[in-house]
Order: sequence, then structure tokens, then C-alpha cells
Amino acid sequence: MASTVGDPVTTSSASAGQEKLTSRGRPRGNPWRRPWAMEGFTWLYIVWSIVPIAIAVLFSFNKGSSQATWQGFSTKWYVGNQVTSVLHNPSLHQAVVQTLVLAVITTLICVPIGVGFAIGIDRWRTRTANGLNILMIFSFVIPELLLAVALFLLVTQALTFIKLGTPAEVAGLVVWNISWPAIIVRARLVSIGPSYEEAACDLGASRLGAIRRVLLPLLAPAIFASAVLVFASTVDDFVIVEQLSSTANTQPMSVLIYSNVHAGLSGPALNALATIMLVLSLAAALIGYVGYRWMSRGERSKGSADALAGIAGI
Amino acid sequence: MSALSYTRDRRNRGLWIALALPGVIWLLVLFVVPFYVMLSVAGGGVNEFFQTVVPIWNPLHWSSWNLSAVWHEIFGSGSFIGPPALRTLIYTAIATVISLAIAYPVAYFVSRYAGRRKTLYLVLLIAPFWVSYMMRMLAWIDLLQQGGFVNSTLSFFGLPGNTNWLGGKSVTVIFGLVYGYIPYVILVLYAFLDRIDQSMLEAARDLGLSKWRTFWHVTLPLSKPALIAGTFITALPMLGDYYTNQLLSGAPGTTMVGNVIEGQLDSPGEVGQGAVLSLMLLVVLLIPMIYYVVSTARASMENA
Repeated sequence: MASTVGDPVTTSSASAGQEKLTSRGRPRGNPWRRPWAMEGFTWLYIVWSIVPIAIAVLFSFNKGSSQATWQGFSTKWYVGNQVTSVLHNPSLHQAVVQTLVLAVITTLICVPIGVGFAIGIDRWRTRTANGLNILMIFSFVIPELLLAVALFLLVTQALTFIKLGTPAEVAGLVVWNISWPAIIVRARLVSIGPSYEEAACDLGASRLGAIRRVLLPLLAPAIFASAVLVFASTVDDFVIVEQLSSTANTQPMSVLIYSNVHAGLSGPALNALATIMLVLSLAAALIGYVGYRWMSRGERSKGSADALAGIAGI
Repeated sequence: MSALSYTRDRRNRGLWIALALPGVIWLLVLFVVPFYVMLSVAGGGVNEFFQTVVPIWNPLHWSSWNLSAVWHEIFGSGSFIGPPALRTLIYTAIATVISLAIAYPVAYFVSRYAGRRKTLYLVLLIAPFWVSYMMRMLAWIDLLQQGGFVNSTLSFFGLPGNTNWLGGKSVTVIFGLVYGYIPYVILVLYAFLDRIDQSMLEAARDLGLSKWRTFWHVTLPLSKPALIAGTFITALPMLGDYYTNQLLSGAPGTTMVGNVIEGQLDSPGEVGQGAVLSLMLLVVLLIPMIYYVVSTARASMENA
């Protein structure tokens, strides 16, 4: 991006000759001057967006039971406290397990069917395929509450064999997240083009062989990025799991935090739980970033910014 | 077999359909059918004795009983849903404008001026995107509570430091909405602004436009799709939000439509009305959703 702007040094010195007499000794209105105000504003935003979270993480290590007054470092809310630490409190403990179970199962179902959907729709190329693709994009933009309410009514009024709890939660999370692999893999398919696969077929590969040996390796970075996104967004999901969970046993971390902020369990144990969620998501992001760069190594113009954009789904 | 025929070959069609099929079935059964069930519940009745929902599956027999009940609650005198509906629109409008006003300069700066530090900025801008919404709200609940940092900072500067921020203040809820959704706006704006051709801006400057006029006549018109996408990406989820409000206020004075739907689903006998209200929200949101979907589909077609 910076390279397209041109070399700032030569450009400004070229125009400096005519505008030498400006008061500050450099051309007025130099377009490549550092925009200090915007840079400062950006940093203010970054501080505002990150510092509160850092404080919340810090207080998960508080010795006392306050979320506002620092009373010394301790890990009691994670492991030490026999009653309300994440390790020993059954409901907190259960919430961590449930979050992981949902994230793993959802990712394992969602990514394969999403990738299949992307390839199939991309090659099918009929009106029906376009319609189905639009349906998929709708599942991406619909407000989560509306989907969650509809799913709740589905499993309580119609398909009652899908029980509220883990089965309903997984069913809902898969449909809510299927657009990640479908959109990301489709975009990658479009940029790859059909020529590699056609070459493989011309050289004697079978149709499935071409997909398995040529297409899937080329799609690997996109598939991987979407798996990371599905995993992280399942860990962070709240609305669908809240509507579709049944007993306390099927409440993941987000729901437990929500229902305990104003009543019941509170204090640093909730911060500890939220911090565990944070670590899970950030670990997924880190693995995603490293994996994406590794898988797309050797490709032109795949800098770190592209890899970051890839795992953020933009 | 010639090269072109591989993807277009009719004999391959079965394979493509088979690949797409699991996803298609999942979407039909768990995305399309649920909304039909919602219609059937909305057009259905209530078992007077058990107060349970009685869905009516045949569209010809759908009753307008729930619809008229909800309609009366929204527009009738002493209505119960009207004020939350209006409040939801106002909160969403204010929070969206604030989000865009904060997000635009940040995204503009990073896409145009970050240079070699772009990766660092992107990491910092994407970080909140990976932090769960619940964690970000919890962080502010900690800070805004009565003895929290916000109040103690205010009293340090001699301002009144005993405000009950979490006791049902519209300001807190709007703040929470902005804080919750702004990472998404920034990413969307960045993705769009990053694609603006810099040579357009250079051309404007070369042709003698001042910095501000370049921005006004070139940059801003070019960022129109970004601003539209950013508006959608915040406004759509905000209109269906109930948890921000519940976490940061929980008071009846800040109830939003999402909270009303939530409440109706939990109370026996009102599930049908909850379904009607959800469908009404869906109908209102359908126009912006269709616009967004069509423009997204068109963009992907153009790329193809």
C-alpha cells in the first residue's frame, strides 16, 4: 500500500522549490505529512478498546473478592479456592468443558459441510445454486436473536427429537457459523480459478482425484482460516447457546457469565472464566495466524497483513 | 477431455450437487424451516388450560390473534411494546453514528498512513474482535460499578463520583453498544478503505484540490460503500440486541425490543406474541438485509 503512494521524500523535495517560503520551512499542505491528530486518535481508540479488558484479566488474579480494588496477586480464583475457583466449582468447571465440547463438535461438522457447500455451489452454477448461495449469505446477516428464537421454536414445537441442550446448541451453532467456511473458501476458489484442476484432469486425474490432490491443498489456507474462525466464534457465542441450552449442565462459559453478573456467583471467579475464554480465542487466533502464514508460504503478496486479514475473515 | 469442459461438464454436476448437499440440507432444515415454524406459532393459538403454544401448520388457517395483540401493544394506548421499539431505534441510531464517527478516522488512518507499522495496527485493531462480547461487557461492569475505576477517577478530578452507572442509564447502554460493536465496524471500514485506489487521491491533489476538498469530493464519495456496510454491520445486530442492555442496565427504563422478545419467550401464553414480534423485526430488517445480500452477491459475481 505504501509503495503505491510513491516515495514521499522525493515528492516533497520536488515541490519544495516552489514553496520554500512557507512559514514552517516545509511545503504547506504536504499530503505525506504525518497526520498526528489521526494517529493520536487511533491510539486513544486502541487504549480504550484494550485497557478495560486488560484490567478485567488483571482482576481475575486478585487476592480479594473485589473487582475494583487490587488486593494482591493470587491464582485462587482459578485453582486455589475450594468453593468458587474455576477448578473446584462444579458449575464453573462444567461451563469450561461445555464450551470446549461445543466448539470442537461445531468446528468438526461446520467446516466440512461449509467447504463442500462452497465447492459445490461454485461449480454447480445454476439459478438454484445462486439462490442457495443467497440463502447462505442471509444466514450470515440475520440478527442472531431472530435465528435463535426461530431455532428455539423449531426444537420445542416441531423437531422435538432435537433436544434442548448440546444437540440443539450444536445444530444452531453450525447453521450460524456455516457462512464462514462457505464465504471464505468460495472467495479463495474464485481467486484460484479452474485451471489447476483442469490441468490435473488433462493429465489423467479423476474428478475426485483432482479435488483431493490439487484443489484441497490449494484451499488449505482458507479452510484452516475458516476453522479457526468457527472455533473462536463458537467459544464466544452467546445468543444461540443461551436460547438453546437447557439445564445448567449445558450452559457454556458465556451463558454462565451472563446469568451470574448480577446475581449468584460473582466476583473474580467470573473474570477468571472470562479470561479462560479469552485465552482460548487468542490461542485460536495465534494458531490461525501462524498456520495461515505457513500454509500460504511461497505465494506472492502474502504478507503478514494479508494473513491477519485472512484469519479475521476480511 | 478439453480443459474448459471440466467444471462445466454436465456429467460432473452430480458431484457438485453431492458436495453441496449436506450444507444445503442443514440450511433448509435449520434455517428455512425454523422461520416457517415461527410463522406457524405466530399464526397459531394458545391452549387456554396449559397456556402452551398450539402451532397451526396450514397457512390457510393462520389466525391474526397474536398479530392483533402485538399490534395493539405497539400502537395502542398505554402500549407496552411501543416505547421499547422507539427506544431501540433511537439507541441504534445514536450508537451507529458514534461508532462510525470513531471507526472512520481509525480505519482511514490505518489503511492510508500506517505504512510499515500496518501489521502492528492490524493486530491491535483485530484483538478486540477475538475477545468475547461477554468479556468486554464484564470489563465495563467492573469499571462502572459504584466503587469502580470510573467513579473513583471522576471523584479524583473533583467530579461527582457516586453515579450509579449500571442502574438503568441510557448513556451506559448506548456506550455499551458502541463498545461492543465497534471492532466490527473498524474491520469492515478498513477492508473497504484499504481498496481505495491511492492514485485517485494523488490525482485530486495534483489537480489542485486542497486537503479537505480532496477528502470531501474524492475520499468520502469513494468510502460510501464502506459507510453503508459499516452501518449494516452495526445496526442489524444492535436492533436485535438484548444482552448489552440486560448486563449494563437491566432496568425497565432502558428495555429494548430484544428484551421484550426474550421476556415473551420465557412467559407461558406469550410465546406466540414473541414469534409475531420477531417476525415484525425481521420484516423491518428485511429491506436492509436484502440490500446487503444483493450487493455482497454482486461483488462476488464481479470477482468471478
